[in-house]
Amino acid sequence: MVGTGTDDRRRWASRDPSGTLPPAIELAGVRKHFGDVQAVRGIDLRVEPGEVVAFLGPNGAGKTTTIDMVLGLSDPSAGRVSVYGMSPREAVRRGLVSAVMQSGGLLKDLTVAETVAYTAHLFPSSRPAEEVMARAGITEIAGRLVGKCSGGEQQRLRFAMALLPDPLLLLLDEPTQGMDVEGRRSFWAAIRHDADVGRTIVFATHYLEEADAYADRVVLVRRGEIVADGTASQVKALASGRTVRATLTGPDEAALRSIAGVDRVEVRGSSVVVHCADSDAVARYLLTETAAKDLEVSALGLEEAFVALTGDPDSTDAAGPIRSGVGR
Amino acid sequence: MSAPTLPADPRERPVPPLGGFSASVVGLEIRRLLRNRRTVMFTIVVPVLFFLLFGLNSAYATDRVGQGNESAFIMISMALYGAVLATASGGAMVSVERLLGWSRQLRITPLAPAAYIAIKMTTSLVLGLAAVLAVYVVGMATHKPVMPAGIWVATGLALWIGSLLFAAFGLFVGYLLPSENVMQIIGFALMLFSFGGGLFIPLSQFSHALRVLATFTPLYGLNQLVHYPLVQGAFDWAWAANLVAWLVIFTAGAIWRFRKDTARV
Repeated sequence: MVGTGTDDRRRWASRDPSGTLPPAIELAGVRKHFGDVQAVRGIDLRVEPGEVVAFLGPNGAGKTTTIDMVLGLSDPSAGRVSVYGMSPREAVRRGLVSAVMQSGGLLKDLTVAETVAYTAHLFPSSRPAEEVMARAGITEIAGRLVGKCSGGEQQRLRFAMALLPDPLLLLLDEPTQGMDVEGRRSFWAAIRHDADVGRTIVFATHYLEEADAYADRVVLVRRGEIVADGTASQVKALASGRTVRATLTGPDEAALRSIAGVDRVEVRGSSVVVHCADSDAVARYLLTETAAKDLEVSALGLEEAFVALTGDPDSTDAAGPIRSGVGR
Repeated sequence: MSAPTLPADPRERPVPPLGGFSASVVGLEIRRLLRNRRTVMFTIVVPVLFFLLFGLNSAYATDRVGQGNESAFIMISMALYGAVLATASGGAMVSVERLLGWSRQLRITPLAPAAYIAIKMTTSLVLGLAAVLAVYVVGMATHKPVMPAGIWVATGLALWIGSLLFAAFGLFVGYLLPSENVMQIIGFALMLFSFGGGLFIPLSQFSHALRVLATFTPLYGLNQLVHYPLVQGAFDWAWAANLVAWLVIFTAGAIWRFRKDTARV
């Protein structure tokens, strides 16, 4: 039986007493373009063994492209990718890394158990099929044809397949896309249970809620670049700025920007909008040093903050999926 | 659930022997093929029916042909038709697998691309063997085909091994056309090739121009060669040249598309 997370993490760490294990993932100056489209514009990232990292960002931020490069499914246009100090292909060949892909990748004319058995035979050694099916919660549907499984069941099957080589690194690309609430809950229950053994897990998501609930570390990506990297609460704090709005003609933008904690100043006709961490300092400046009036201070909601950090200003698309993450 | 017990150092993890090729995987592939009723119907049932329709006609079935009779000649043709349908279908499975993203899924396992092809080839050959045996066993049961025992074995083996040519054809087409309809396209192409190869109608009944054209089609050389142990007589090197030329074309085509595919995925 799997013990508590802490014990297992220690046990896992004891496999590497001298601490010489290379980083689980190392991306250095990685870029990827498809023709004229810049999907990834220079990502540097180091994930240590045992970390649970959320790769958070809206659709089209470059999450899947990055994961594909870590899996060796595509090569970077520039930069270097290594997995446990090896090339991604080599790491895949040794069963060190496996993945749960977004969709597809299953044969409809095999049963669930046959699909697991098929995949198991491709590895020189693997966990027993019954064990991974139990971990993924698909023992009851083992005899069902894959074509007759629901989206959530197929996703748990992909998870079972990913567990077979007992990978040190597990990548999940938007694993709960298109699942209902119950499917999502049971999927994450299975993942969380598994994370307790100390596996390195990196998952891409555009659900803020998922990143917050399941990751030790959140890497925020936007348009192919990392815009924030830290614990979930650090990233939330980063996103928890305030907005000060006042009526003021011809504000001194440079002076406003020089106030500590100000990250954006917008002038809209006769009003000025300042996004900042310390609204008191901005308000004090505006009321004492300028002719500003009708001053308003508003807190940025988590959702707005997330959109501000990751979203496309001219697209409301990014705001949609994170609704469930707000108000927690 | 026990804790994982693989080596601590990732560099000590083993890689699979033979690139992941194994009898167990071939077994699962065969199970998949047999689950597809249409494949079984077209590769095993239809050639047997064709033999029963054309191979037993008392007007010519007992006519002497080389070391045996006309019925044996037609049985060999129909077994070849079944075998090449089987191997081509097996090769063309890659098309649907790419469409479903299964090829991509396999790329995140240790399975080497060459081992994947070897699995498809082996699976095709097993289905091809079933197609050959079905026609030969039914032929034997009707007591119509007559030829020496050694020639039953020689022709059976020759057409079974020779059908590998069409596994390469199936792979080529499968990589070329990622489509659910690839089986229909292959079925139609093989029907044409079978006429061109003289499997259904003796080429002597074609006009001169058509007969010349037919000698360049992919089943012509193979069909002549597999009948040779029965017919014997003068050996024409053009048959071998036809076979080798098409083998080179299909294999090169399959390798070319396969390389493109593995570079892109």
